[in-house]
Amino acid sequence: MADIAQMDDQEIDPNVLVRVDDLHMHFPIYKGILRRQVGAVKAVDGLTFDIRRGETLGLVGESGCGKSTAGRAILRLYDPTSGHVHINGKDIAELSRTELRKIRPQMQMIFQDPQASLNPRMTVGSIVSEPLDEHGIVSGKEKKARVGELLDAVGLNPSFVNRYPHEFSGGQRQRIGIARALALNPEFIVCDEPIAALDVSIQAQVVNLLEDLQSKLGLTYLFISHDLSMVRHIADRVAVMYLGKIMELTSVDKLFKTPKHPYTKALLSAVPVPDPKIEAKRERIILQGDVPNPANPPKGCVFSTRCPIAEDKCFKDAPKWRDLGGDQYVACHLAG
Amino acid sequence: MTDTNMNIVSEPLHEHRSLWGDVWRQFRTHKGAVVGVAVFTFIVLVVVLGPFIHTIDPTFLDIRNKNLAPTLAHPMGTDNLGRDMLAQVMAGGQVSMLVGVTAMLLSLVLGAFIGVIAGYFKILDGVLMRLTDLFLALPILPLLLVIIMLFRDSLRSVFGPETGIFILIVFVIGITSWMQTARIVRGEVLALKEQEFIIAARSIGTRRHRIISRHILPNVLSPILVSATLGIANAIITESALSFLGLGFPSDFPTWGRLLFDGKDFMQLTPARVIWPGLAISLTVLSVNYIGDGLRDALDPRIRGR
Repeated sequence: MADIAQMDDQEIDPNVLVRVDDLHMHFPIYKGILRRQVGAVKAVDGLTFDIRRGETLGLVGESGCGKSTAGRAILRLYDPTSGHVHINGKDIAELSRTELRKIRPQMQMIFQDPQASLNPRMTVGSIVSEPLDEHGIVSGKEKKARVGELLDAVGLNPSFVNRYPHEFSGGQRQRIGIARALALNPEFIVCDEPIAALDVSIQAQVVNLLEDLQSKLGLTYLFISHDLSMVRHIADRVAVMYLGKIMELTSVDKLFKTPKHPYTKALLSAVPVPDPKIEAKRERIILQGDVPNPANPPKGCVFSTRCPIAEDKCFKDAPKWRDLGGDQYVACHLAG
Repeated sequence: MTDTNMNIVSEPLHEHRSLWGDVWRQFRTHKGAVVGVAVFTFIVLVVVLGPFIHTIDPTFLDIRNKNLAPTLAHPMGTDNLGRDMLAQVMAGGQVSMLVGVTAMLLSLVLGAFIGVIAGYFKILDGVLMRLTDLFLALPILPLLLVIIMLFRDSLRSVFGPETGIFILIVFVIGITSWMQTARIVRGEVLALKEQEFIIAARSIGTRRHRIISRHILPNVLSPILVSATLGIANAIITESALSFLGLGFPSDFPTWGRLLFDGKDFMQLTPARVIWPGLAISLTVLSVNYIGDGLRDALDPRIRGR
């Protein structure tokens, strides 16, 4: 996606809703009596990608690779260290607090832990109507009707409005979180591992609900997950993240059929196949060692320390984003 | 979607379940709290309405009837100057309870405010917490003495001897007892701030004062209520200590603490002189503690309904 930098000055493609451009999110490390900054955890280190209107972009990677941080930085719940995020043509990384508040309704988030993301002292009704109150969109009877409508849309009984979050099951709580995210009619929703804390049987329900809502309301999702099979089910395109950087970005079909990056290949080889015969013969690529410390990432390619095919240049130069054609992008010297 | 359809209970949509109705329903199930409310109300009623029934002036000296045991005319006996004890306990109760409640409210508001601000705004955290440490490190009694010496006379001349000293004592107790609350609240806020529901509120675009009032304050209510109930006891006892040192209210102005201290020298002769004020202080403190306990449970929706 080297062409993005040039395209910046040109008209933005109307099909692109979210454009993330060289996003960095570093958390400083302070040490000593004087609290001097001695380094930074590079949780997100140069992300560049587009999300098209109405699509679901999956963002996968192992724990601690910066997926959630990326999601939060894109919505500016963290102030990014550098880089730009354009949503509907507005650079939200640069907006002031008041301007940002005005466009908050366009972008919402669904959280990982449905227990922690709902205030235990508020009723379902007040949780779902909080966004409506904050932006003063509707009030009185209309608000009540809207809350009922939202609860209905996520498959909850509208008579639950006076109950508290602890009275619900995990899946129902996640539905409350989804209703809250939908309240302001957003265009873009970051789903931060929305199913990771749920039972497998409930996961499918919630994912189906998200898909239904997408087709009904024309939503655009950034779907963060570590569950490759779920991403395969819901996403249109997938970005694979490792240590704060994107390794490969392509459509779901291509990613699962012809993965190019050695890290993607290793990840895919870990997905079990629901057929004992194939499963027994399946060859796994086992990566050696651990994920390097994001405060001190390796020189050259971040994956070089664990890469089974690394060469000399991988340890020296960081690979560039390369377009392999057919909407497949990869950050690797050797792939192709 | 079985999980949603399974437990649809017929709960009419228009019937509004009010928060305070729920709180009251839960509060009633806490026996200790109900007894606490009854005792506290009883004490307040006696202290406020009692002087209209038992009309002896608490400062009236009746030397011939000194050191009396309880009689019909003097249900709690008299002291060594022949003053009626019941009248003194009731008059002292008005002052002591007013001091206790007002000083507690002041220290609570101050402590909660500083705690929330220090916990929520990182820039102010260092300054405010060092200020708290400073107050904690100050030797309280010498400080009280200095403050009272400095301001007693000017306040007395502005507000009159009783109101002036009341304001001074409430203020002094208030500003020397907020630190514990501030520390506890700050700790809770620091933990809460990173919770996902606060991040969710930010992603909605909730303004900061609303995040504090709607999400943070209700969730730090428990520690605040606990320090409030302890604060009343603390304030009543500090006021007693001040009166004992001769720095509180004037000596002919009864408070529970002063009655207790005046009575301690006559404990063997007329034990009633320490028993009644002591009992009044203990019962008030105990009942307030139970009320606080019940309130804390009633205000937590996770406990409510069990």
